[in-house]
Order: sequence, then C-alpha cells, then structure tokens
Amino acid sequence: MDTEKHVLKDFYVNMGPQHPSTHGVLRIVLKVDGEKVMSSETVLGYAHRGVEKMAESKTYIQMMPVMDRFDYVSSMLFEWAYVGCMEKALGITPPERAEYIRVIMAELNRIASHLLWAGAFLLDLGAFTPFLWLFDARERIMDMFEEVTGQRMTNNYFKIGGVADDLTPEFFKMLDEFLNMIRKRMADTETLIESIIFLERVKDIGFISKEDVINYSLTGPVARGSGVNYDLRKNEPYSIYTRFDFEIPLGEKGDCYDRYKVRMREVIQSVRIIEQAVSAIPEGPFAEKAPKIVKLPEGEYYFAVETSRGLLGVYLVSDGSANPYRFKLRDPAFSNLSILDTMLPGNKISDVVAILGSIDVVIPEIDR
Amino acid sequence: MDLAMIADSIIVKVILSIAGVMIVFTINALFATWLERKVAGHIQLRLGPMEVGFHGVLQGAADGLKLIAKEIITPKGVDKKLFALAPYLAFFPTLLMFVVIPFSDKLQVRDLNIGLLYFFSISCIATIGIFMAGWASNNKYSLMGAVRSIAQSIAYEIPIILSILSVVIITQSLKLSEIVSYQSKFWIVLVQPVAFVVYVISAIAELNRTPFDIPEAESELVAGFHTEYSGMRFAVFFMAEYTNIFLVSAMATTLFLGGWRGPFFPPVVWFFIKTYALVFFIIWVRWAFPRLRPDQLMSFCWKFLTPVALLNLLITTFFMKIF
Repeated sequence: MDTEKHVLKDFYVNMGPQHPSTHGVLRIVLKVDGEKVMSSETVLGYAHRGVEKMAESKTYIQMMPVMDRFDYVSSMLFEWAYVGCMEKALGITPPERAEYIRVIMAELNRIASHLLWAGAFLLDLGAFTPFLWLFDARERIMDMFEEVTGQRMTNNYFKIGGVADDLTPEFFKMLDEFLNMIRKRMADTETLIESIIFLERVKDIGFISKEDVINYSLTGPVARGSGVNYDLRKNEPYSIYTRFDFEIPLGEKGDCYDRYKVRMREVIQSVRIIEQAVSAIPEGPFAEKAPKIVKLPEGEYYFAVETSRGLLGVYLVSDGSANPYRFKLRDPAFSNLSILDTMLPGNKISDVVAILGSIDVVIPEIDR
Repeated sequence: MDLAMIADSIIVKVILSIAGVMIVFTINALFATWLERKVAGHIQLRLGPMEVGFHGVLQGAADGLKLIAKEIITPKGVDKKLFALAPYLAFFPTLLMFVVIPFSDKLQVRDLNIGLLYFFSISCIATIGIFMAGWASNNKYSLMGAVRSIAQSIAYEIPIILSILSVVIITQSLKLSEIVSYQSKFWIVLVQPVAFVVYVISAIAELNRTPFDIPEAESELVAGFHTEYSGMRFAVFFMAEYTNIFLVSAMATTLFLGGWRGPFFPPVVWFFIKTYALVFFIIWVRWAFPRLRPDQLMSFCWKFLTPVALLNLLITTFFMKIF
C-alpha cells in the first residue's frame, strides 16, 4: 500500500464558535499535528451587531444601556468610560459622593470580573471546585448590585453628573460582610488552586515579551503580567483615584501564571481601594443636575478608563446634534486577542485553552 | 430434592451469581453517583441533590429514568454498527470483572486460580470499546479523545501490573482468596506502601478521571469519545465508569487492605467500608485538582511511575529471595 497517500497531513480542529472553552462565540481554527498546534486562525464576527454604526442613529442617552452590553461582566466600567466622555464634553463635574460611589461600584465590578475569570480559567484547566468557591463570592457582589441598581448585570447605573440612585444602608451592611470574607476566600482559593498540577499547566506557557506588549498595544493584566507597569488609575488618574493608596501588581516573565497571579493580586488591591473609599465617603448629593436632552458641543472627545481587561477608550465626534456623529470604542479585549495567533503555534491543544483563558476575552466586546 | 441439593445445582448457582452481581452493580451505580454529587456539592460550598428522596438518594434513579426516556440520536456519517456496539463493549467487561471479587470468605462467584490476571486482562477490553466509540462517531473531538484514551491506557497498564506483581511475589499466588488469607496477620499495604500508591494513581488514570481525564477533557475536546452519544448509550458509558471506580477500589481493598477482614462487623460490611473509603478518595481527588496535559501525563507515567514500580518490584524480589 502506498503509505504516502494515507499520511494525515492537514488536520484541522475547530475550537468554537460553539465550544466549552471559548466562553462565547469565538472561533479558533487550529491546524494540528497530533496534539501539537501548527498554526491557528482566529475568526471573529459571530456576535457582531454593528453597534458603532447604530450609535449614530441613537441619542446620547439611548446609548447608555448599550454600553452595558459590550462587556457584560464589568458593565459599570464601560458605563463610566462613556459617561466620563460626555461629562468631559459638557463640562460637568459629578459631586464628591458620586465619585466615591463610582469608585466603589467600579472596583466591585472589577473584583466580580476577576473572580469570574479565575473561576472560568480553572474550569478550562479541569478544576471545578475553585469556580464555585469564587462564584459564591461573586454572587454576593451581584446581590449588592441588585440592592442598589435593581440589576445583577447590565446595571445602567451611571448617568451624566453622577449615579442613578444613592447607596442604601443595606448595601453597606452587605459590603461589610463581603469585605470580611473576601480576603480569606481568596487566600483559601489560591491554596486550593496552586497545586503542582496547576503550576505545571500554566508556568512557562504562553510568553508575551515586553516588546510585544507595546507592539500589539496590549493593556490590562495581560500587559502587567509581562511587567509593563501601565494602569490608567496610576498613569493618567481619572476621577479620584489619586486619593487612594494601592499598588499595581506586576508579573515578571509574562507567562500564563504571571497573568493569573496579577489578577488574583488585583482583587486584593481593589478590596483595599473599596475599604478606603467606604471609610472616606462624604454625605451629600449623589448626582449633579444634567440636561434632559444631551447635545454635545461640536468637537471630538476622548475619555479612557481602566477596565478589568485593560484600557477602554471612548471616542465621540459631535456635530452639535442630538446624535453622535461618530462613536468609537478602543476596547481592551480586541487588542489583547490580537496576539493570540502568534502565541499558539508550537503549543499543545491543551495549552490553547490555558493561553486563551489567560488573555481573558469577552466576545460581545470584541464583536461590536 | 431438598434445599441443599437445589442450592448445589449448577444452574441455580449461576442464576444466583448473576442476580447477585446485578444487585451489587445496580446499587453501586446509584450509590456511587449519589456519593459523587454529594461529596462534590459539599466540597463546593453547596448541598448537591436534595429533592428526590432523603437528601437526594434517589436522584440517580430519577436520572436513569430520564436517560431511558430520551431519544437515542445517531448522527449522520457514523459507522452505525460500531457506534451502537461500542458502549456495550465498554460496559460488559465491568460485569465480568465482578466474577473474581471476593466480597467475603464465602461470597465470590468464582475463585479462579488466575483471578488477578483475569481481572486485569478483562479490564483491558473496555479500552477497545472506548476507541470504537471515538472512531465510529465520525467526529474529530471523539477521535482525539479515543486516541488519547488508548495512549493513556497502554501507558498506565504497565505501572498497575508492576505494582500488583510486587504483591503477587509476596503472596506467591494469583488466587484472590489466597491473597486475602495471606493478610490475616497484617495488611499488604504495610509492607508495600509504594506499590499501593502507584496502584491508586495508575488506577485513577486508568479510570480516565481528573486529574487524568484527558480523554474526555471537556474544555478541549467537548466530551471526548462520548461527545456524540445520548440517552441510554451515554448512560451505559456512565455506568461503566462508576462500576469501574468500584472495581478498582474493590481490587485495591483485596490486594492491599486486607480484603474482607476486620473485627466486629461481618466480612461483607468490612469489604464495602474499605472499598467505599477508596471510592470516596478517588472522588475527593477529582474535585480538588485540575487536569494534566497529555504529554505531562505520559512523561509522569514513563519517567516516574513505571521506574518507581519497577524499582519497588526489584527490591521486593530481592528481599523475598533473602528471607
């Protein structure tokens, strides 16, 4: 028999659009040789809704709920970027209390996002228990959001000049309980997670060099995992972040383990910020008076915040009418995903889920 | 004919044996799944099944009924005969393996001379069923799961055999009843701790369970070799898995933990206590660890477990020769 004919040359495996480890409708076409990945191609667009075009036919306020639907696990940070951009254009400064409320909510949302990420990452690696341990903690954050905003996700809580509603005493009680348990829960979970098998799976896998971070415009924990000290909260402080004492955790080597560790340590730093904010929060109004119909003065406006995945920039061009002339997002997950195809070749199929997981993408944010 | 003669007749013995095996099998399938879900639940800060029966004890029966009622889907392009046959080929060896297990000094279907050899040879057949399932499914995930499964089974069979060989050298017998009676003074685990550890690790790998569950790694291969299976065929794979957990634990009990021996309680009770303690351990491990990568799994087997088992065998042989 002619063996040449029967050699399996190009064996393609589709990861996604429906696949347990892509967490959404991302598709990665892997060309494999046995277990080894020869090349990969990321295919986007399965959740494309044309939101940036849609924004041009909506009023500024009508876009507010849509902001929640990009990154549904850290929606308030997206609201903040959009609201912040409009406030910058209108020249409105939110009252002190509103700034504190925003910081508390944003950091809670960051924690929730990181907890979800860590759980899902470990689930991809085959460990089920950390997922539920962390989800128990995340559930408490969701309860707090529900108490204040009426929604567990897609909160639509920020508005021009402040927030939609004041924090309730019940919220502070829940927050207190949460802050009491989260440090121990994180320590316990890290002990559970960091078994030798986990370390073998994530250490020295999926390196990103400092140069690549800059060349590919990576931000957030992915960049900080490679040791690039870039966090908007420190580098270009917005709102009242200068008042808080917190650190920016950095990795050294830039492998999956460093990115995991950076996120776990960021949770603790966010807890520190919340603790300081709660003890310093002033009394007063929670929102400034804002115009009912928003019309931005003619011009271009840009505002950026640090979301749980990195730098999120909102760019608005106004022609003075009630609709934006152009609405553009610079979102972190899209840029972060761009490096994936260069990282995968040479790794095993099992590493693909670890690397993809460590980049932390949310699909609706990428497919706008 | 009086009762003793009836009980002695071969046909009655066969029927009783089959009934006994089926009872143990059914109860284990229900109890082990319940135990797994309960243990998992409590490890994960939740309760597990609570609705069907007292603390959900009958959940397994309810799930079984649901799976029986479900439609069996045969996807396009599958090899129909192999696809239908595969689950049963994975399942029937588990029933055959019950034949040699000594539940007590009297309760044993057949006390074969080569009981140990029989047990491990039969267990190999299940691998063919798994590969058949992966091959016939006409699905890349299934095929990769099956390939991984074969590689893993071949690799981990070797440390298992090497570790039980150390036991055989001590007891000088392949007959399971003799291995148990050898342990009347002390458990073999006391003189063969290394073999015991190697056996348990390899057994978990042989069962395709976390941290060695790469053939059905759901985050990579969806569900591995049983991706395309539904309804009762899926349930058959599932039952085979839980029966296998029981069987390897039962074998470990017999070989290392003194079998059915123990004070106060009747032998059968002791046998089940020891076996389910091991089943609990295997479940515990599953919910505490992530999954290894296939190449790490292989190198762990070939570069660590096998040499350790081999060394252990050499040392055992050496000491048996001297004393």
